[in-house]
Amino acid sequence: MTDAAAPDDPAPPAAGPGLAGYAPLPGVPDEAVAPDGTIRALWSRMAGHLADLSPAELALGTARADQYLNDSGVFYRQYGGGNSTERPWPLSHIPVLIDQQDWNTMAAALMQRADLLEAVMADLYGPNRLVASGRLPPSLVAGNPEWLRPMVGIKPRSGHYLHFLAFELGRGPDGDWWVLADRTQAPSGAGYALENRVATSRAFSGLYASENVHRLAGFFRDFRDALLDQRHEGEARVAILTPGPLNETYFEHAWIARYLGFTLVEGEDLVVTGGQVMVRTVSGLRPVEVLWRRLDSSYADPIELDPQSRIGTPGLVSALRAGGVSMVNALGSGVLETRALMAFLPKLAPDLVGARLQMPNIATWWCGDPAAAAAVRAAPARLILSPAFATGMPFDVPGAAQTPAGALSAVELAQRLARDGAGLVAQEGVTLSTTPVLVDGQLVPRPMTLRVFLARTRTGWAVMPGGFARIGAQPDPAAIAMQRGGSAADVWVVSPGPVPRPSMMAAPAGPYLRGSPGALPARAADNLFWLGRYVERTEGMVRLLRACNTRLAEGGSAAAPLLEACAPLFAAQGIDPAKAIPQGLLDTLAAAITSAGRVRDRFSPDAWSALADLDKSARRMASRTKPGDDAARALSALLRKLAGISGLIHENMYRFMGWRFLTIGRLHERAMNMAFVLEVLADPAAPDGALDLAIEYGDSVMTHRRRFAVSTSRETVIDLLALDPMNPRSLRRQIDGLRDEIDQLPLANDHGALSPLARAVLRLHADVATQDPETLSSRRLRSLRARVGGLSDLLTKAYFP
Amino acid sequence: MRYRLALSIRYRFDRPTGAARQVLRICPADLPGVQTVESCTVSVRPEPEDRRAFTDFFGMRALDLVLPAGLTDLDFTMTAEVTRADPGQVFDLSGPLAGLRADLAAHTGLDAQSPHHFLAPSPRIPLVPDIARFAAVATAGAPTTRAAVEALGRALHRAMRFDAAATEVDTPIATAFAGRHGVCQDFSQIMVAGLRSLGIPAAYVSGFLRTLPPPGRPRLQGADAMHAWVRAWTGAKGGWVDYDPTNACFAGVDHVTIGHGRDYSDTAPVTGMLRTDGAQRGSHSVDMDEL
Repeated sequence: MTDAAAPDDPAPPAAGPGLAGYAPLPGVPDEAVAPDGTIRALWSRMAGHLADLSPAELALGTARADQYLNDSGVFYRQYGGGNSTERPWPLSHIPVLIDQQDWNTMAAALMQRADLLEAVMADLYGPNRLVASGRLPPSLVAGNPEWLRPMVGIKPRSGHYLHFLAFELGRGPDGDWWVLADRTQAPSGAGYALENRVATSRAFSGLYASENVHRLAGFFRDFRDALLDQRHEGEARVAILTPGPLNETYFEHAWIARYLGFTLVEGEDLVVTGGQVMVRTVSGLRPVEVLWRRLDSSYADPIELDPQSRIGTPGLVSALRAGGVSMVNALGSGVLETRALMAFLPKLAPDLVGARLQMPNIATWWCGDPAAAAAVRAAPARLILSPAFATGMPFDVPGAAQTPAGALSAVELAQRLARDGAGLVAQEGVTLSTTPVLVDGQLVPRPMTLRVFLARTRTGWAVMPGGFARIGAQPDPAAIAMQRGGSAADVWVVSPGPVPRPSMMAAPAGPYLRGSPGALPARAADNLFWLGRYVERTEGMVRLLRACNTRLAEGGSAAAPLLEACAPLFAAQGIDPAKAIPQGLLDTLAAAITSAGRVRDRFSPDAWSALADLDKSARRMASRTKPGDDAARALSALLRKLAGISGLIHENMYRFMGWRFLTIGRLHERAMNMAFVLEVLADPAAPDGALDLAIEYGDSVMTHRRRFAVSTSRETVIDLLALDPMNPRSLRRQIDGLRDEIDQLPLANDHGALSPLARAVLRLHADVATQDPETLSSRRLRSLRARVGGLSDLLTKAYFP
Repeated sequence: MRYRLALSIRYRFDRPTGAARQVLRICPADLPGVQTVESCTVSVRPEPEDRRAFTDFFGMRALDLVLPAGLTDLDFTMTAEVTRADPGQVFDLSGPLAGLRADLAAHTGLDAQSPHHFLAPSPRIPLVPDIARFAAVATAGAPTTRAAVEALGRALHRAMRFDAAATEVDTPIATAFAGRHGVCQDFSQIMVAGLRSLGIPAAYVSGFLRTLPPPGRPRLQGADAMHAWVRAWTGAKGGWVDYDPTNACFAGVDHVTIGHGRDYSDTAPVTGMLRTDGAQRGSHSVDMDEL
């Protein structure tokens, strides 16, 4: 902060009320408070702001941030105990502040390091001169599982191997920044950084508006444009290649895809043909020219890389060899994360980038070098031994893999180095600075590392002005990993003057063109179709259960024959109607959430929140609702929530292919359910009251009264619920809708030549439209239901093969 | 010795397959001073949709194929004319095993012939302590690295029983070694594991072996076989030597090399993905006729 340098500025207040009682750990540098106990100038406004907030206001602000994250469905996946669960994003609300000048120095140093890594990568996957000339030990490369031999000699189509990097930084005791780890494989966190920003700016909206904090959008916009530039054909796509919904950071993959307008694909969505990568869409194969991969290299192709991979694309290496696709980053880039490489990068820098490293990395000795091993033996104190081929930060790996060298006897150490020197590195123990963190309303110091992102843009490396701070759960630096309870904070780069306000809109490059939504990936269509079916199935069950529970509440034992009549309807869906909120209902909801989870990039966050809320309510009710009146009321509440979801989809979803598949799913399920309900409840043998139950199920009590001034008869019920094209719940209405939507699908109607699916739905439509109440028997309803079911098979065959 | 080589690989599927992708490594290699390939052609039936030849990291000639969906039959045929030099009398130029480490340290470079690729564990050849102990005992007292290679090969040949029914293509080497049985792939991968445990860089070689008929009997068609053996690095002077543990001999005029890699996974004749619901049957036959 430049105003800190102004000599006539009043001295910053000594630990004001906001940071009152905030005491840095003895001997550990702190971001906010100087060693003499004064608040650093950069933090003075933050300290003042915190001081001005009452505890209630502060709690309100942090709650606003958490609400935002919750509403957006931000989560990550946590592993443990053999399974994994989605966890709310652990935001640490107080941002980490970095001074502009400090930042500029860091940014320049990281760009230099990025260039160095690119040069090393180009050598390892090209002429291999670094090994041949003795500057890198051969065993470090030849025995490295991340050095992928099939990639040697394949030049990247874009001319560069590396496009998106992250660096883990820590601040040492003297206040200087150190590189703790290079993230070159498929760095995560950039999307979370943006969400952290939005949430944090809500917690401290006043301060955020008045401080000159650099915005993040420009970084993403420039990288998006750079990726679009890598295409040779304007029609080709840029896709984000994800390992799938079970990945720790899948949320982020979907989020970035939506934010940047890229297609989210999994390995099985892609097919390699003629040396080109294509994505399977509902309109056939479409070219993909740029893949931003979020899966580790070796999983990318089961044929030429790891044959155990079930998430790869056969032939992807072949497409790269043919120059058919750009990969971000090039396959094999994980080799640069090798911990032992840090022992060599400082020595390689002058030769490869023409200067010494501007920011040091953590001091590292590769113990396969006799001189380095001797140095480790001579001064083992403060050194940590860990595997040479490990990636990531030393304190991120489980404890067993690392040993303090000083804890071994001289003989033990010498033996270990002699036996396994080439497999070991020694690194200086990490000390980290601390930053203020809110714990139970109090500010306490916790260790932190910064993850800073770099992207290759049209004008060279760009550094995201901000990033992602990882904060330890304990004062001990070893607990910084989020998998072990750590949290993440926003990083504010604070400028002395006003900062630019970029937007995501690209600079106009010509006349305005309306973007085409592009073809829908087959897997997404499949999931949307099933999402529609599961949501509708849930609604059908809830309606039927509510009607039955109402009868139970009103009639007691008189309702028994009616409930018995409904048994086949419940049995078909795996529902035990004796329970107020049966498990089968919860399972269907869970299936809906799974389907929605696989199309997070295409599903509105509001609809997602509504669905998650419905699920939560249903589970809560399941544990304490009793059959009868209690259940009827609970089910009514669920119905209202379902109506909310339908409303969100109907009112807000762009009417394109994705919506169409979702709608087809809903219409299909509703047609099946209505045909089944009528088959059972409008059957001449059904007990008294069954027709009224059917009318209630069809939400048509009022209409029935208005249209037919008589009591219910089989004919009036069939007319209204099966054949009336004006009734939004009638069978006829669903078939009309299916016909209309299917007709709009790709390849359904090629100048009058109908696809098998379009033909089948047209025939079905004609048959339903020509029925009358007398001819539509239970048997015919059963046959119609089977034919609707057949549509699902035809749809699957045509669009999700 | 000049040979006409013919390899035929056939698959039959009970149900039509989905679209498939296969990579073949079945063409013999040109090895200066050892073998010369005069001609080599590969035909694929039915006709592939896409066919690309490339040379892999270890110099193997590979063929990348995209096959149409709906296959019931799939045939690969390779024919080649190869001249294999007779190694004749070989003198042991390798030094003592103790000196190998220094030779290795002095060797830089990571080309396909570099010994550095062949010391670390590889996908199919992990460290197996039992094999390491066996190798240490078998080679104790061997005066040179080459002698150690031969001693281990002979010891394995004595200890292990050739049994085509005992192992599958993906049986782990620890399992095959525990049963002391297997086929040429098991013998060779186990020997590679043993050599690496001694600090001797060792590669897995895929190739063909001519089977000589018993005296006075005609040679049977198709009796020759695809085969595997071991290539060990015996130091700067000794260089690479090929040893066949299944037959307890150094490779000679009857051995024609396709190529080498770290283990079977680098050299598999056919790798790929092919989706089928039904059963499949595969068979292959090799003919090696002296010209």
